[in-house]
Amino acid sequence: MAFIKKTATPIHCTEHDERHTERDFADLVAELGAENETARRWAVRDLTPLPDASQPLVARLAYEESASVRAAILNALAQIGDHAAIAGLIHCLRSEDAGLRNEAIEVLKAIPQHVEPVIHTLLNDSDSDVRIFAVNILESLRHKDVEKWLIDVIAKDPHINVCATAVDLLSEVGTERALPALKQLKIRFEDDPYICFTTDLALKRIEDGSQ
Amino acid sequence: MKHILVIDDAATVRLYHRGILENAGYSVDEAINGIEALEKALVKPYDLFIVDVNMPKLDGYGFLKEFRRQDDALQSPAIMVTTEAGGSDKQLGYMSGANLYITKPIKPNELVNYARLLLGETL
Amino acid sequence: MTAITISNEDFLKFKEFFYRKTGILFDDSKRYFVDKRLIERIQATDSENFRSYFTMVRFEASGNEFQNLVNTMTVNETYFFREEYQFKCLVESLMDEIVSHKKDKSPIRIWSVPSSSGEEPYSIAIYLLEYWSGINDWDVEIMSSDIDTQIIEQAKRGHYSARSVQHLPKPFLAKYFRHENDGYQICDDLRSAVEFSRVNIMETSEVRAYRNMDIIFCRNLLIYFDDASRRQVAEIFYDAMKVGGFVCLGHSESMSRISSLFRVRKFPEAIVYQKPLEHL
Repeated sequence: MAFIKKTATPIHCTEHDERHTERDFADLVAELGAENETARRWAVRDLTPLPDASQPLVARLAYEESASVRAAILNALAQIGDHAAIAGLIHCLRSEDAGLRNEAIEVLKAIPQHVEPVIHTLLNDSDSDVRIFAVNILESLRHKDVEKWLIDVIAKDPHINVCATAVDLLSEVGTERALPALKQLKIRFEDDPYICFTTDLALKRIEDGSQ
Repeated sequence: MKHILVIDDAATVRLYHRGILENAGYSVDEAINGIEALEKALVKPYDLFIVDVNMPKLDGYGFLKEFRRQDDALQSPAIMVTTEAGGSDKQLGYMSGANLYITKPIKPNELVNYARLLLGETL
Repeated sequence: MTAITISNEDFLKFKEFFYRKTGILFDDSKRYFVDKRLIERIQATDSENFRSYFTMVRFEASGNEFQNLVNTMTVNETYFFREEYQFKCLVESLMDEIVSHKKDKSPIRIWSVPSSSGEEPYSIAIYLLEYWSGINDWDVEIMSSDIDTQIIEQAKRGHYSARSVQHLPKPFLAKYFRHENDGYQICDDLRSAVEFSRVNIMETSEVRAYRNMDIIFCRNLLIYFDDASRRQVAEIFYDAMKVGGFVCLGHSESMSRISSLFRVRKFPEAIVYQKPLEHL
């Protein structure tokens, strides 16, 4: 048989020992620009627990081309969760790069406690796409006001696609409280078949589910 | 019967597109993001894709690029549907392999007409 | 107490949620099955009705009830040659592709997590011996890990019930097992072919020893995890793998609910996920 066994002892100890040789903050920041993707990923990992890591990580995001390093940076920022990290993640929502935007939304969804303080600002952003992303993020928020925020969106937001995204979520989390605003929205966009469809669906789900 | 794959992370949008396209006589499958779309489209041939832009895990551009790259034989047309009307996004859509780039919300007859057009059917 | 019912709209709401989280889509023919199990869980958690249960599942930080829900909605049974199409894919497609990228004669590394009671890693060994001719030319290391030390001991012992081996072809049963007491004892050659170890795959420090994997089997595990944990494990796997290596998930699992780090690869036998060979 050509099966061979290695004992469960670390297989490449040396690789990790090297990684953990004293690398200070400045070395790690420099390493973020290394040629080798694996080296950059490890630099991200090793920077994460250090104070003030958010800024260099956010800076690197702007021109990091490797998807796996980007994912590592986004996860690191979520883990750090300080002001600079959250600001960096939110900045990604405005990126031209759809991949980066969507990854940032996913990461922000995973850390609702950090997003809560800024969600109000995001829901009132001047860019309708940022408002849509803010509604996307609401999906994971456990805050007691989520439904209220969604109701506010459909009552006031002028953009049809922002309202449509909010209705999609209301059909899952909405209660009787959302009924008047949903009915109002249907009147506001009565010419639009999609809004009519989606509000009808939400109304039906809420009314039927509450019996 | 022609098969259409509707790719969108919003459940309501999928239901809406499905309803319209099924009414028009097509068979419809759904995918929640670009990766699930690849899992489906690489296994079952589709005649047309309706693709949202912003989706988690793999966005619409990513799906089209990867699909076009992996399967030269299956060059089925794709309609990209977005909430954004920005010019650069449109350009990117076509560069990724979209045949048509339209902005939400879509009216039912519009969707059916575009689908017929790309499927080479008479309106 | 009024009887708990699941309305049509509740069902649709649940169906969409479960699909979004797991990739499993229940069609209307499963309605009875789903309702019955939902009601079971609503009662087991002392929830008032569907709505309060649904809110609890959606927002529960620990994710415990979500795990219970997945458990009750899926069949989780481990036996030899379970989801055999993937082992076929291994010997028909994956191994040869791995070999074609190799620049030296170092062993091919396969990691099976969770090991559970050992059926999966042993099935991999049997499949390679029986169906992959390259086994004569290449060294293969099969590693298998679990978080549960008791189950690892059971796996190392390699004693199985008739039920566990029922899908094995008779000749293989005769060749690799000994009928013993009330069950089947796997032969020492196979026992020594697999290296079992205890690992918590959520702990980066524990997983650091696992490097340069060519293929990872991780079936029917991540479906129980929440989004953040799934993403974390995907990162850990990515770092544990060689470029061009493959991840195999369970048949009801999809990478579309886990991570975007891997490429979707279609083989005649199965869909498998690959650590990209080049940067895309």
